[in-house]
Amino acid sequence: MEFLAQVINGLQLGLVYALIALGYTMVYGIVRLINFAHGDIFMVGAFVGYFGFTSWGLPFPLAILTAMVVCSILGVTIERVAYKPLRYAPKIAALISAFGMSLFLEYFCSLKFVFGPNFRVVKRPFEEIHWNLGGLTITNIQVMIFIVVVVMLIILQYLIFRTKIGMAMRSVSMDHNTARLMGVNVDNTISVTFAIGSAFAAVGGVLYAVAYPQIYPFMGIMPGLKAFTAAVLGGIGIIPGAVLGALIMGQVETMTSAYLSSQLRDAIAFSILILVLLIRPTGILGRTETEKV
Amino acid sequence: MSSVLLEVKDLEVFYGSIQALQGISFVVHEGEIVTLIGANGAGKSTTMRAISGLIPVKRGEIIYKGQRLNKMPAHKIVRMGISHVPEGRQIFPNLTVMENLLMGAYTRTDKKEIEDSVGMVMERFPRLKERSAQLAGTLSGGEQQMLAMGRGLMGKPNLLILDEPSMGLSPLLVEEIFEIIKTINRQGTTVLLVEQNAYMALQVAHRAYVLETGRIVLSGNTAELQNDPRVRSAYLGEIA
Repeated sequence: MEFLAQVINGLQLGLVYALIALGYTMVYGIVRLINFAHGDIFMVGAFVGYFGFTSWGLPFPLAILTAMVVCSILGVTIERVAYKPLRYAPKIAALISAFGMSLFLEYFCSLKFVFGPNFRVVKRPFEEIHWNLGGLTITNIQVMIFIVVVVMLIILQYLIFRTKIGMAMRSVSMDHNTARLMGVNVDNTISVTFAIGSAFAAVGGVLYAVAYPQIYPFMGIMPGLKAFTAAVLGGIGIIPGAVLGALIMGQVETMTSAYLSSQLRDAIAFSILILVLLIRPTGILGRTETEKV
Repeated sequence: MSSVLLEVKDLEVFYGSIQALQGISFVVHEGEIVTLIGANGAGKSTTMRAISGLIPVKRGEIIYKGQRLNKMPAHKIVRMGISHVPEGRQIFPNLTVMENLLMGAYTRTDKKEIEDSVGMVMERFPRLKERSAQLAGTLSGGEQQMLAMGRGLMGKPNLLILDEPSMGLSPLLVEEIFEIIKTINRQGTTVLLVEQNAYMALQVAHRAYVLETGRIVLSGNTAELQNDPRVRSAYLGEIA
């Protein structure tokens, strides 16, 4: 039972990571860039959601929606300002720009008139309820996270494989110029991708704030890096890979804390990143990309 | 002579500081097949990429149906009725054959008409019908070329730009592709064809322009050019 309880804890964490990892992988898929500011978009989402259901008195679903809208706009703006001018420059330039954007968001949000540098304890919008199922305890928060993430994944799947904008996104991810020749507005398609990825991170942020009720401007760094590791583990650029990688990362982290030592948690998580990059850089679901003449 | 569909005037294009096109001019009339021939690096593909808006024009004019295309982004030029089938086919390998065709109709909205076009393309390229659910990356070179051309036709173009459609194909397939080009043209689509295979290009086209290092050095009816000694020695492999 104890083990099963840990599996459920790991699932809860993994599902939140999945929401973040999807943004990394979608953005990488379409512009071959690791958006290192993505974890900070997650942080902004957590704050906006928190203000939504506390100070602004919004109902919880509306608070999530507000966070999604704010983060979409933020994500699109970041792309236009920090990445678009460097799109066809050497990759390292955009990567450095991404780091700069990440630091900017962290320190800007730490300013007193923005979010302030301090930790805030999140007062949940609803009471945590524990259900006892034959010795196994699950909470309403875990059930909510599960339902929200599964619904989001279904929506994403539909969007990418059943809509015109989804097809445009897939075509741009393969070849910008050929997509242009089909009449696809590549800039807009990239913006939509950033918007969707950021909206997912926002939901992740709000859920995270409710599940682990403490927020601060640097809270995005660790979950961001873990989700990035998850995306690489699953195969960067591959959407199911991001979910798979995130679920694995959630389990590894939870199991390490439970059965080894919580001090080892991050060390083991990032050892996975190093091992994957050394042994199978394309990730679990990745295929080796063949260079075409 | 029928009306001018596309006119290129004194076109200059640079890659960084290297000048790829040194002011080339040519016209394509409605209903024609016009070919640009020349060796590797002469500027044929560059010309095509400038017309469809993939690379910026430094100087000169590209006028299509009386409208300037110079500053227009590529995705808008497609909407003017120009389909560009790029060099090396450039099909989307991880989309199915059907999805690739639908991408060709990206600018169109009428579902019924798009379905009709799919039917028409499938009829012309029966191999694509058999493989419509298959990922395009798994097709053979010839099938990929057919898919690329089918995808180009899905845009219902007035002007179809074909860049090296015969590249890497067996002689039999080359014949087949050129037959199809003739049929497409007979059914009312104007074709601008770029080829290194000058022999085949001169057989199907009505008029030709010969490019050498970013300049047009010869032009005329294909019947005349086929007998021009300069063309015969340089491009048709005849010993002068």
